[in-house]
Amino acid sequence: MGDTIANLKIGEIGIIQDFCLDAIPLNLLEMGCLPGKEVRLLQIAPLKDPLYIKVNGSHLAIRIETAKQINITKLR
Amino acid sequence: MKSNSLLNIALVGNPNTGKTSLFNQLTGLNQKVGNYPGITVDKKQGRCKISEYLTAEITDLPGTYSINPTTLDETIVLETLLNESNNSYPDLVIVVAEVENLKRNLFLFSQIKDLQFPSILVINMSDQMIRKGITIDIEALKRELKSEIILISARKNLGIDDLKREIENYENWNTEPIANISDKIDTVFFETIKTTFPEFSLYKSWLLITQQKNCAFLSSELYQKITAFNPDSEKVKKYQHKETIYRYQIINEILKKTYAVDKNEATDLRSRLDKILTHKIYGYIIFFGVLMLIFQSIFEWASLPMDLIDSLFANVSELAKTNLPKGTFTNLIAEGVIPGIGGIVIFIPQIAILFLFIATLEETGYMSRVVFLMDKIMRKFGMSGKSIIPLISGTACAIPAIMASRNISDWKERLITILVIPFTTCSARLPVYAILIALIIPDERIFGIFNLQGLTLMGLYLLGFAAAISSAILLHNVLKIKTQSLFVIEMPNYKLPSFKNVFYEVVEKTKAFIFGAGKIILALSIILWFLASNGSEKFKNAAEYVTTQESAKHLNDDVLNKKIASYRLEHSYIGTMGKVIEPVIKPMGYDWKIGIALISSFAAREVFIGALATIYNVGSDGVGSGTIKERMAAEVDSVTGEKRFNFATGMSLLLFYAFAMQCIGTLAIVKRETKSWKWPILQLTGMGALAYIVSVITYTILS
Ligand SMILES: Nc1nc2c(ncn2[C@@H]2O[C@H](COP(=O)(O)OP(=O)(O)OP(=O)(O)O)[C@@H](O)[C@H]2O)c(=O)[nH]1
Ligand SMILES: [Mg+2]
Repeated sequence: MGDTIANLKIGEIGIIQDFCLDAIPLNLLEMGCLPGKEVRLLQIAPLKDPLYIKVNGSHLAIRIETAKQINITKLR
Repeated sequence: MKSNSLLNIALVGNPNTGKTSLFNQLTGLNQKVGNYPGITVDKKQGRCKISEYLTAEITDLPGTYSINPTTLDETIVLETLLNESNNSYPDLVIVVAEVENLKRNLFLFSQIKDLQFPSILVINMSDQMIRKGITIDIEALKRELKSEIILISARKNLGIDDLKREIENYENWNTEPIANISDKIDTVFFETIKTTFPEFSLYKSWLLITQQKNCAFLSSELYQKITAFNPDSEKVKKYQHKETIYRYQIINEILKKTYAVDKNEATDLRSRLDKILTHKIYGYIIFFGVLMLIFQSIFEWASLPMDLIDSLFANVSELAKTNLPKGTFTNLIAEGVIPGIGGIVIFIPQIAILFLFIATLEETGYMSRVVFLMDKIMRKFGMSGKSIIPLISGTACAIPAIMASRNISDWKERLITILVIPFTTCSARLPVYAILIALIIPDERIFGIFNLQGLTLMGLYLLGFAAAISSAILLHNVLKIKTQSLFVIEMPNYKLPSFKNVFYEVVEKTKAFIFGAGKIILALSIILWFLASNGSEKFKNAAEYVTTQESAKHLNDDVLNKKIASYRLEHSYIGTMGKVIEPVIKPMGYDWKIGIALISSFAAREVFIGALATIYNVGSDGVGSGTIKERMAAEVDSVTGEKRFNFATGMSLLLFYAFAMQCIGTLAIVKRETKSWKWPILQLTGMGALAYIVSVITYTILS
């Protein structure tokens, strides 16, 4: 129910459900951030933004606005 | 037309996979390598002998995750691959991948294959496989991808010969596409495309349609054909999404059979280091500690070699004076050119240390962590976390720093970064700062440890950053450009720096600094010398004028000669020009000689000292001697008899140099990168006005 990457706590894993294509940079998709993939939140920058995630084998930093657009279901 | 024997090869791949490392191995060149995604931001070419009969022109390209570009450097890749008439249009493509993130690398490889270039997959960093517990079944992968594959280590120079041998055979490579986008997405739509553009591969036509705005090279005929296809952007997005999913499906299937990672073998060095380096408190402490360390070492470690160089150049100058025939030309060499060059060479230690730190940091992978830490803060100033990298490397030189901003995807963030970079204290300012500080700030210690001169220099660096940040805030509020937050940055693995990469980086950069500055100084010294040793009628008859004017005073010869020399200089061409500008610079506390040196240094700041040396040298008519510093210290105001470089004038000059935009090279790069004269002119006038006002105020208050 309404979880996004931005709701994950450090160390938590979620499965990507869907997102609005307009709000997500194409290169994020192309790096493998796609529905069905696991994302793990590794670290949050000191001012709560950006987020450091691991998805599809890539270690990436994305901004919170982007993270809020990606719906997930939490694992565990 | 390209000659038959020369094969065009393009190196394409994800950022940070080792394309430039491979390029350097193949061509023997030393292009910049670093463990940060986005080191290469431009095309670079070099020759490589593939076999006895085959020579190749290799093009190193910026890294990209996909052919669909999101940043300017990635657009270069698109253009190289789609524009058949560009001179590096490849006959074959080497896709450089890396063992760890093969999945994402194959995504790009599948796109290249679909463009139907003869292409080979090179999997780099094989030396890391054991440590990371990775196994790849190369033979199976070759079969699945219907492609040639070579495992190499560019760092360890393994597999390069195999690669060359395979390239010889490129005409027999399979060029079938991997993904059948037509069937999987929208058959009708793609079949129409196919029949409209029978001359291209389907994927190329699709890219031309979706990337029109990045394809400035299209002929108008082709452009019309393409725009006829304008699908709405919703549809494009949906199809690109489907295409991405589809490509990963294919790749996942293939990798399941061919690629394995033993998790137990994988060390978690990354996560442990990340916990500390990106920690909300330690992260910042470490970052500022690193910055402090860099500045401290620049000032502390460099002082001994700098003294050595200083005395060396004094000796060379002396040697030239005693061994060359006497005359003003010898003086130009001995007292203008040699000290002018010496004034640059002396900074080799400091610059080398600066580059040593920057290159080492870039190789470790730390830079991306800084980007992560600083993004939120930098955004308040209208920039991106990625702006930190150009701002730090701007302390060396603004030109590569401005280029480095290419991987900032948002135009506003990038523009602001470009505009404020010239405020950071670049190495060309160092020579000017150093000599002025030595003249006006006492060499004392306060609290027993901090050297006052060192502190002043540090203060000027901080001032530069402060000016950059404040003007960024101003621009952020003034510029009305829509931003879209498309920030994504990869966090690479930590690596031990390669000694060779760091070493070459230091050598190349230092060389560029010395030769770049050396050439300008040499040329300008000669021009100034010529203008100062020739003049109008009053110049030619200076001796007569002065003798008759001063005849009543019965001066001794020495004083008289000095008067003649300075009279002559004032009436030389340069003196005449100087007098014209004097009213403008007087409020800043400068005389016309400083004014001329100031104007000469609008081409490049570091020319200032050499220009002053040349002018003073001609003015003294060969009688005086000593280093530039002694000369400057001895110079007095002809009216008041006070020291020329007193505290007020010195401070005013320091601040002028801190703020003014005096670098033709930077202006040219800004024009090129922003594609408009508007921005370099804004920098020139804005920074110039600021510098002028600050200098006038400073001088007025202090004098
Ligand atoms: N261990 C290991 N490291 C390598 C190897 N090849 C390159 N590297 C390192 O990988 C990092 C990236 O190398 P580059 O050659 O700059 O990569 P690039 O693909 O040109 O990167 P961009 O220009 O940023 O796209 C550097 O730190 C290299 O030292 C290799 O074979 N083994
Ligand atoms: Mg590179």
